[in-house]
Amino acid sequence: MVNHHPHFLFYGSGMEKITLASQLLQYLITGLTVGSIYAMVAVGFNIIYNVTEIINFAQGEFVMLGGLIMVFFHVTLGLPLILAFPATILLVTLAGVLLDRLAIRPIRQPSVLTLIIATIAASILIKGAAMFIWGKDPYDLPAFSGRNPINVLGAVIQPQYFWVIGFLIIIVIALSIFFDRTIIGKAMSACADNADAASLVGIDVKRMILLSFALSAGIGAVAGITVTPISLMEYDRGVMLAVKGFGAAILGGLGSFPGAILGGLIIGSIESFGAGLISSGYKDAFALIVLMVVLFFKPSGIFGDIEISRIKRF
Amino acid sequence: MLRIGKLPITIFAVLIIIFPWIADHISAIDHYPDIMVFAGIYCLIAMGLSLLMGYAGQISIGHAAFYGIGAYVSAILTVRYGLNPWTGMLAGMVVAAVVALLVGAPSLKLKGHYLAMATLAFGIIVYIIFNEETEWTGGPDGMSGIPGLSIFGFGFDSVEKYYYLVWGIVFIVFIFTINVIQSGTGRALRAIHSSEPAASAMGVDISRFKVIVFVYSAMLASLAGSLYAHYLNFINPSTFDLFFSIKLLIMIALGGMHSIWGAVIGSGLITFLSYEWLHYFGEFEVIVYGAILLLVTIFLPHGLVGVPGIVKGWLRR
Amino acid sequence: MTLRRISIFAVICLCSLGLLISCAEKPDMSGKVAELTKENAALKAQLAKLTEESAKPTGTYKVGAIFSATGRTSFLGDPEKKTAEMLAEQINAAGGINGRKLELIVYDTEGDATKANLHLKRLITKDKVSVVIGPSLSGTSLAVLPVAEENETPLISCAASYKIVHNEKTGKPYKWVFKTPQTDTMAVEAIYTHLAKRDLNKIAIVSVTSGFGASGRGELIRLAPTYGMKIVADEKYGPKDTDMTAQLTKIKGLSPQAIVNWSVGPTQVTVLRNYRDLGMDSIPFYQSHGFGSRKNIELAAGAAEGVYCPLGACNIAEMLTPYDTQYNVAMQYMKNYKAKYNEPLSSFGGHAWDALQMVAQALASVGDDKAKIRDYLEDNIKGFVGQHGVFTYSPDDHNGLTKDAFTMVIVKDGDWSRSS
Repeated sequence: MVNHHPHFLFYGSGMEKITLASQLLQYLITGLTVGSIYAMVAVGFNIIYNVTEIINFAQGEFVMLGGLIMVFFHVTLGLPLILAFPATILLVTLAGVLLDRLAIRPIRQPSVLTLIIATIAASILIKGAAMFIWGKDPYDLPAFSGRNPINVLGAVIQPQYFWVIGFLIIIVIALSIFFDRTIIGKAMSACADNADAASLVGIDVKRMILLSFALSAGIGAVAGITVTPISLMEYDRGVMLAVKGFGAAILGGLGSFPGAILGGLIIGSIESFGAGLISSGYKDAFALIVLMVVLFFKPSGIFGDIEISRIKRF
Repeated sequence: MLRIGKLPITIFAVLIIIFPWIADHISAIDHYPDIMVFAGIYCLIAMGLSLLMGYAGQISIGHAAFYGIGAYVSAILTVRYGLNPWTGMLAGMVVAAVVALLVGAPSLKLKGHYLAMATLAFGIIVYIIFNEETEWTGGPDGMSGIPGLSIFGFGFDSVEKYYYLVWGIVFIVFIFTINVIQSGTGRALRAIHSSEPAASAMGVDISRFKVIVFVYSAMLASLAGSLYAHYLNFINPSTFDLFFSIKLLIMIALGGMHSIWGAVIGSGLITFLSYEWLHYFGEFEVIVYGAILLLVTIFLPHGLVGVPGIVKGWLRR
Repeated sequence: MTLRRISIFAVICLCSLGLLISCAEKPDMSGKVAELTKENAALKAQLAKLTEESAKPTGTYKVGAIFSATGRTSFLGDPEKKTAEMLAEQINAAGGINGRKLELIVYDTEGDATKANLHLKRLITKDKVSVVIGPSLSGTSLAVLPVAEENETPLISCAASYKIVHNEKTGKPYKWVFKTPQTDTMAVEAIYTHLAKRDLNKIAIVSVTSGFGASGRGELIRLAPTYGMKIVADEKYGPKDTDMTAQLTKIKGLSPQAIVNWSVGPTQVTVLRNYRDLGMDSIPFYQSHGFGSRKNIELAAGAAEGVYCPLGACNIAEMLTPYDTQYNVAMQYMKNYKAKYNEPLSSFGGHAWDALQMVAQALASVGDDKAKIRDYLEDNIKGFVGQHGVFTYSPDDHNGLTKDAFTMVIVKDGDWSRSS
């Protein structure tokens, strides 16, 4: 039987002809979702950087651990989301603490080079451990509120996207309250401004550093947990996430939280539009090119202060 | 560390020369010369990186890119255009130098972390280009049929001959690099490394020296890449990935950043670990690398070459 | 004379001696050194002869194997290694080959071209094997085939790329290299034939930027005109990418009649999930033959329902009937593998099965002379019933399969089902 109008057979209910506008909208939605993940990684970078001036190359591994450990609690052990979520965050936070204690603190004469190398070493070890425990296969998490797509002007939104963006907003609000209103938060900000003065006033700088790692790890875990239902999670996701997250942090201005959010969303969008409109093979390169351009022409980023970026020890 | 004695070099040269003969007679290690070829190739890159990291205090997490540039320029010029491999090798070094200049000049004004990230991004971008530009590079399938090396009709077509070729080049570079270190340029570098403001106050043009070292290290990496391509007669992008850049870092950290010997020791050890001693671990060799890197960073910040110093310190007490 | 000067002098002497010894062939040596050198050379020759004789397998047939048993591509190499070891055990348990045991020496390449090169050289010069099976990857296979050619050792690769058995300069296969997996050409032909039958010709292709993906994409583009296919979109993604919605959105905008995805590994699943998430599942979706694992269906969480894919017989053993040529070998392999390793068989292990089985046949027939084995493979493998097809090698064809090595399969109710 010859089919004269194949279109009608295959364009059943629900799929209108897609316009350029809907396509662009779709790229934007994907870009914002993926950008939220980069933003969370960037925020994590900034917390540690603000207190210690260290760039934690293992930041991406926290995201990976968040996803995989959540799979362990929720899928393997069968714990309900309400329990598995905090349990995962706790464990990954512990990993952050271990990172500080075992890789950063023991270094006797910290310099830029040694600290960078230490965090790289830590990231390799965490990745290796994950490969050992979970193997190389990807793992899946059920979406938090189902998979029924929502159609908006020809573009499709998955409910899980809302969870990702939603958690980003929650984290932003929580962090602002923490740093501005709580004593511990203010203490951490003090360390960021001037560690010596802070310790003179009685703030335990070492403890603040530990806290910064713990907090970063926790945020990374949230990112991992929320993104796994969308794109699965495997042991070696960490590296590219860290690189792009760092790009977001630099773009927004290293040390600035609004910068991290904006940077992440921008980089996610550039990636998405670039892959769709220019070349999909070079998708990863877009974020990297942005990173290099920012570094070469305006290293202080969008919100960063040029003065501060020069004065900072490293 | 600064005054490199003639005795160690001579002993080392002797050992290198007689090693294949020794290995030939001990069946357990008779395949070691093959591995030593790679150790020599990596040693070339390591020497340049050691100069960059140890003496100029700059970090590069993207040197696999220059290694790859050398390999691909050599491959493309010999396979697609039929050029003489030696010409290709020189062309590769020129291309690497130009790229290093373009990337290095703006990057080396950045500090610590920023530079690390710039080189990291650069390394990954180059890797993606190798993978994507199939017309030139053969894409993920790589390029095969790369000719071997020969000079005036004498072909370096056996493991032993290539071994002597590579290590001969290593020695030439080694001696040249030492001369650089002990010259005015070297002193300027060390001044920069210990204190940039002081060096600058004494009239040292910091940026210029950093860029020179960066370019030099890129050219060495490119040379190594060409030698690799003509040995294996095949290259593909996965050899030049981020993990190789990190492995280079491990070689320098393990051997010791502040000495050229560190580059030799570090590259040798990591090569043998990679290709021989960590067989049992299979893919989990990465955990060993991570552990080595972390332990060395914490306990041996001056690498293995710093060990005699530590021991002397103990004995003195 | 100070200690320092003495030691320098000693080192220089050692140096010279070392140089002289390593240049033992130079005829214009005089005196004692020449005598010693001659004696040395004679001893060396004797030693070499003894070593060679002891290496000559009086007791066993030595077969080498190099697989990516660990590393990123272990999903290919590990089942291959397990299958080869299982088969070797079975052969030896049944009395070996003509009374002699089959000694399988396996090295792990971790998917690294340099390691593959080193391992093959070691197998040939040190372990003195007569024939080698593997490697698992196209990249490593291309990296080692010059070694096989130079050392005149037959190699049966378990990798996909047709370039392994096609020398672009001569247009003919490499003399000593064969391979068992079907080429992408056949998979593409199977898919295009299926599409043509259903009157679908406006297709979108999306592929991974790895060797496997690039090769498949190349064939899809090359064979499109032959089957009347019009490619309206040609998108790519990286092997570690986690999100292909941008590429799929672009494809969606071009309204193709079918989508063909070419990748292997987790990205195959991610593409499916994104395709479903974007509400595109009314467009027929074709996977490459890399999709052949039930695990992939599981991970796709329902998105694989209705997806087409070309598979070799061993994947669908239970769907075969005793009338199918490959029924016996496929069923047996499936049962044995499950029994020994307690995990479902993987499509890729079958390639190693085919290779080693052919090697065993060759050894039984002509013994362990490398040239004779090579000739046997080229001349006597005709209608060989394997896991992935029925093989017929010839001087012009070192792959031995046609597109009938593939059956088109559709995923129904979470499992494979024959597609008409």
